[in-house]
Amino acid sequence: MLDLDVIWRNLPFLMLQGFLGIGNFVGGTLRLAIPSIILGFLLGIFIGIARLAPQWWIRMPATVYVEFFRGVPLVMVIFWMWFVMPIVLKTSIPEFGVALTAFVVFEAAYLGEIVRAGIQSVPRGQVEAARALGLGAAQSMRWVVLPQALKNMIPSLVTQFIVLFKDTSLASIIGFMDLTKAAQVVNNREIRPFPLYLFIAVVYWICTYSMSRYARYLEKRIGPA
Amino acid sequence: MRGPRGGGTRRVNYQFRWSVLWTGESGQWLLSGLITTLELSAVAWLIAIILGIASGSLRTVRFWPLRTVATFYVEFFRNVPLLVWMFFWYFAVPPLLPDGVQQWLFANGLEFWAAVCALGVYSGARFSEVLRSGIQSIPRTQLEASVASGLTTFQAYRYVILPVALRIIIPPGTNESLNLLKNSSVALTISVAELTFQTRQIETYTAKAIEALTAGTLIYLVLCVSLASIMSWVERRTAIPGLIVGGRQRR
Repeated sequence: MLDLDVIWRNLPFLMLQGFLGIGNFVGGTLRLAIPSIILGFLLGIFIGIARLAPQWWIRMPATVYVEFFRGVPLVMVIFWMWFVMPIVLKTSIPEFGVALTAFVVFEAAYLGEIVRAGIQSVPRGQVEAARALGLGAAQSMRWVVLPQALKNMIPSLVTQFIVLFKDTSLASIIGFMDLTKAAQVVNNREIRPFPLYLFIAVVYWICTYSMSRYARYLEKRIGPA
Repeated sequence: MRGPRGGGTRRVNYQFRWSVLWTGESGQWLLSGLITTLELSAVAWLIAIILGIASGSLRTVRFWPLRTVATFYVEFFRNVPLLVWMFFWYFAVPPLLPDGVQQWLFANGLEFWAAVCALGVYSGARFSEVLRSGIQSIPRTQLEASVASGLTTFQAYRYVILPVALRIIIPPGTNESLNLLKNSSVALTISVAELTFQTRQIETYTAKAIEALTAGTLIYLVLCVSLASIMSWVERRTAIPGLIVGGRQRR
């Protein structure tokens, strides 16, 4: 049942091609996850700030954006990007671009909510003090509010990053050669589903579990001061 | 799967034809997809709730072996992508089952039951975390008082802790239930004919991607919004005056 040989034989393909993205195919779980996390977080910051804007014409589109993407499955968003991006951009888009766009757009809605909650957790007096010292609205956001908000957000941010990391496996449905797709490819040849899928489950688990341990450590070290 | 790639660059402008949604078999497909999505989600939800209540409670008991088993279940199943679990339950588990069970599964839609198991067990681990935080928000003295008045630990959980904890977690539990509903779309990878699968089918037959995706997306949005409002009604109906508010304020 547990044929470890099959994993050993295919380890370079699974780990180098599937996990890291080094090889003949466009792929790699990490190569997709890292830019998705960074870009999704950047877009999330803007959406979180926009959700709190005093002007309704900034606040409302951001609210609609968040509510829309939180009500739709990620698989659906991936298909949207896959079919619509080539139509709109009038050129074919590689799987990597489609998957990256889908993840950034989708996760930014969730990350935006976290950023909003983080900003709201900063006492109002901080903004007032910053403005009283002569900082502009943008400056007080950048130098006073966001640094404190970020500290409060870290636990939920890392949780969301873990979710995003797991979600990257869905890129395999449009043919992106990530860890899941690599296991599928190997399984098609070897027909050893049990050890193969268990192996990639463990690889994903090691990554996500260490991320969540790190989050717990940060939570304890930074703590509510 | 077939996609817009491979055909080189398409410079033709997209022609909308919304009528594909109500001509031909599209309506039937969407309806059957919707029903499958609801069935899949409902059965998986039941499994998830049972597993979640059991493991979430066990994670808060004093007896460490039970706590360890529950922690292992939650941490392992929650931290691996649902897609991997779909493949695992669909490809890897059936060969290990006895022949009779295998035959029954092949005759009764293996992919549906594999998806139910994958979604139920995965979401159970997530529900477990929600319930655990609910239980932990109830003061420990409640349990101590129940045990002191002669209840066993099981009875204390059944009659004192869980009725309050389950009410406290209705809002985050609703969130998790909606996640379950949305996650059921991953079942299309093992060819369960649920809503996203049928949306793709319409696209395959009519080559009208935007129309098909719009229909599917709207159905998901309506489902999510209506479920959320039903749950907020349930929350109001089941509220114990004073108690829940007290439970929230303590945090």
